[in-house]
Amino acid sequence: MIAIVDYGAGNLTSVAKALEHLGLECAMTNDPDIVGRADKWIIPGVGNFKATAPLTNGKLGAVLRGATGDDGRPLLGICLGLQWMFEGSTEAPELRGLATFPGECKRFSEQVKSPHVGWDSIVIDGRSRLLAGISSGAYVYFTHSYSAPVCGDTVATCNYEAPFTAAAERGNLFGVQFHPEKSGDIGLQILENFCGL
Amino acid sequence: MACETLAKRIIACLDVNAGRVVKGIQFEQLRDAGDPAELALAHSAAGADEIVLLDITATAESRNTLLDTVRRTARQLFIPFTVGGGIRSLDDAAAVLDCGADKVAMNSAALADPTLITQVAERYGSQAVVVAIDARQTAPTAWEVYVWGGRKPAGRDAKQWAIAAEALGAGEIMLTSMDRDGTKTGFDCPLTRTIATSVRIPVIASGGAGEPHHFVEVFQEGAADAALAASVFHFGLKSVEAIKQALRDVGIPVRPTC
Repeated sequence: MIAIVDYGAGNLTSVAKALEHLGLECAMTNDPDIVGRADKWIIPGVGNFKATAPLTNGKLGAVLRGATGDDGRPLLGICLGLQWMFEGSTEAPELRGLATFPGECKRFSEQVKSPHVGWDSIVIDGRSRLLAGISSGAYVYFTHSYSAPVCGDTVATCNYEAPFTAAAERGNLFGVQFHPEKSGDIGLQILENFCGL
Repeated sequence: MACETLAKRIIACLDVNAGRVVKGIQFEQLRDAGDPAELALAHSAAGADEIVLLDITATAESRNTLLDTVRRTARQLFIPFTVGGGIRSLDDAAAVLDCGADKVAMNSAALADPTLITQVAERYGSQAVVVAIDARQTAPTAWEVYVWGGRKPAGRDAKQWAIAAEALGAGEIMLTSMDRDGTKTGFDCPLTRTIATSVRIPVIASGGAGEPHHFVEVFQEGAADAALAASVFHFGLKSVEAIKQALRDVGIPVRPTC
């Protein structure tokens, strides 16, 4: 069972719909016990970095931290979920992220329209397991005002104002800034890749 | 600018009345064009980048029909999906979002109670909030906001309202030229440019699409971020691919249709 962790940050229906379409069993839940029993986790979410506090604090935070240590069960952060996997964000400097990936998320400058909304092209590192079979240059759907820096774990970049992390992975921990559940057939392929790990 | 890979979006709009897709000419003379869920999937398969479903009657008795339509449409659709028409409260917005829509478009109700924009943005994020503005030209460089499906002047300047909507938490503006809607004579580029260069959120141009070159114009001259059309797609007059090819020919980035 795949747990879609519901921590109150936006609408998770579309992620669940995509998994159901792929024939995969999933549950939207904020119950730490159910989350702890899941085979895989998806952390979706949109909105303010402050909303990630329940992922870091309390019982749910403890379960996720334990699970993402040496556990080996796959986790996928989407959008705000990816940003939470970095060390933090200037949007809520008082909060720490999971710090799987190094660096801090920052807001796009006044020089570009923000949020960055729409289909944009990503440059993919061919070694990515999550993005296996997806051609570099593929278009995926983004909607975000903050972005994560490019780091050693980055496996796909997008260029809006400057290059940022579109996807990162380390071991079985994965994050994507774009929305695979809204990125047509390419997005469904990425979700299928994750679920097949 | 380092953002030239961001694709200009081509959005297919389904105007829905009592569970069926219709398309009017300047909001009159409705013609039946099919089942919303089927058409949404067909547009997605043909390369549309996004689907907008507008409930153009939005009477109380049609609300449940609409929610059923939204649910059926969302089930198989894996591209962004916006629903508008008759969203008058946070509960109305929540109902369509919970049925699988990604964004809600709000028009008259947002004008009547601008805090509605903020309420929905705080609960679901600004990316879920589209403020729809129907505008009619009143002077060479002035456009007034209209409500009630374009029938009633709202006494607001379109540019000022767009700026206010952004400040209240809107994530996108869907801008319809009431002068061009249904005419197939091209988008209102001066209107679109006026709004698109006054806000920092994306502007979706609507009203007047008839030919692929109209899309080229609204992106080049109108500075639009996305362009929406209904009848050009439903009746097979121009395919999404033909529009995207015209855009590619002049170097405008688009998402490949397959």
